[in-house]
Amino acid sequence: MNSDKILSISNLIAGYGETEILHNVSIEVHKNEIVSIIGPNGAGKSKSGEIFLLENKITGINPSDIVRKGVGYVPQTDNVFVSLSVHENLEMGAWTIETNLKEKFEELYNLFPDLKDKRNQLAGQLSGGQRQMVAMAKALILNAEVLLLDEPTAGLSPKYRGEIFATIQRINKSGLPVLMVEQNAKQALQISHRGYVLVDGSNRYTGTGQDLSSDPDVARMFLGSRG
Amino acid sequence: MWESFWFEFINFYFIPGLVLGCIYALGAIGITLTFGILRFANFAHGEIMMTSSYLTWEFVLVASSFGLILHPIIGAIPASICAIILALIVDRLFYKPFRNSPTIMIVIASFGMMLIIRSMVQVIWGPNQITFVKGIAKPNPIIKEFTSSIDIMILIPNKHIFILLGTIIIMLIFNYLLSSTKIGKGMRAVSDNPNLAEVSGINVENIVKATWVVGGFCAAAAGVFLAMDTQFIESTMGFRMLLPMFAAAILGGIGRPFGAVAGGLIIGLAEELSAYPWLGDGPVISPGYKSGVAFSIMVLMLIFRPSGLFKGKVF
Repeated sequence: MNSDKILSISNLIAGYGETEILHNVSIEVHKNEIVSIIGPNGAGKSKSGEIFLLENKITGINPSDIVRKGVGYVPQTDNVFVSLSVHENLEMGAWTIETNLKEKFEELYNLFPDLKDKRNQLAGQLSGGQRQMVAMAKALILNAEVLLLDEPTAGLSPKYRGEIFATIQRINKSGLPVLMVEQNAKQALQISHRGYVLVDGSNRYTGTGQDLSSDPDVARMFLGSRG
Repeated sequence: MWESFWFEFINFYFIPGLVLGCIYALGAIGITLTFGILRFANFAHGEIMMTSSYLTWEFVLVASSFGLILHPIIGAIPASICAIILALIVDRLFYKPFRNSPTIMIVIASFGMMLIIRSMVQVIWGPNQITFVKGIAKPNPIIKEFTSSIDIMILIPNKHIFILLGTIIIMLIFNYLLSSTKIGKGMRAVSDNPNLAEVSGINVENIVKATWVVGGFCAAAAGVFLAMDTQFIESTMGFRMLLPMFAAAILGGIGRPFGAVAGGLIIGLAEELSAYPWLGDGPVISPGYKSGVAFSIMVLMLIFRPSGLFKGKVF
């Protein structure tokens, strides 16, 4: 396996019951990359295929073990514990680690300065954008090898969308590869090193963010351009 | 007139209502935690309460056969450990296999468990009432003396002082557990969003075990306090408490432990105060129909505010 690869998904077939939604999808995330997946929502459960995190096969193991192995995951909705404070949310993200927590929290508050003042506020009282930041901070605390974001800007105002994309770039600059599924394709591709465009559940276009942004077919299908 | 009002109201309605509310509150904590974390109504919860009171009685009896006179509170310590073990065994053998099944299956399993535990208690200790504490509960002389004026005289017996203080201590420990310990915050997190808890790396199975420990302990305390209050135990006592405890959990908001405490106190007080002669000489609601008050509150909450007072979950 290429040592540059952090996450590798090969020939993934997924769906709901008998219905197959993803057909032999393959995706790779390399060191220090932001990778976007552009395509329709919802793929169901994986049925076959292999997923590797570095050298470790993580196919079929339960979600909490995948997180412990180094996959930080931020769900699209319900991604914070609303009845816990911001700081308690971070503590929950750090469930499996015991040492150097103080330092880790300080690092995260430096990465997300908006959250520092709101550390004792209930996460349920935050705005959508702030919640998304709490969710990202929570996912980062475990020293993840890769960060998976499920539509991080869904339902956010344009102002917050910009902030979230800027935050994703900041996180990536700290050395963490990011794989995101995003409906705001144009902005996602602008900040991505590479992208995958899925059509009818299969890999259709792959390339750098810039190439995909300027591809007339991709533009026509996903970027709102008449090309 | 006011003197007799306060005297009668405080001693014969308010304090008993508060005591009953404490018992409901302790019982409702376990119900709301189970509901919040495991997403099912545990019908066997009342039986854990009832079993604890029988075990306490048994420990006190065994100790007395060795010439050792134990207060029920002391006897309740080994009894609550047994209750916790019972709750963990029941979960491991009867509820865990249904964890990913439709909720109705685990609810039916808990109903079956309720009948099994009650039958076991009846086989071991018999179906008849047993006197838990003998004698008449006299008012505490110090408090009576301290409030010697007739208009403020408080006739609170020691058993009620024990129940009120015991509940306050358990609540303080419970508050510390939920707000300041890792396992307590984990319980709140799993109750809030179990799927997110799992993808956050929280060991949900350990949280489930902690829930049974806390719920089992609170049920044991509620059972022993109820037995101390009524001074007798019987195999149906847990089942009779189930409706008001569910009402308390729903009133406070499902999955909100402190809501359950508030709900328990409100239901307990509402039941007792509903029997006060507010509109003349007779009680507003005959004491025989007190449980109807809890049922009415539960139904009204489910219709008009299903999320409860503290915005719990709606299923």
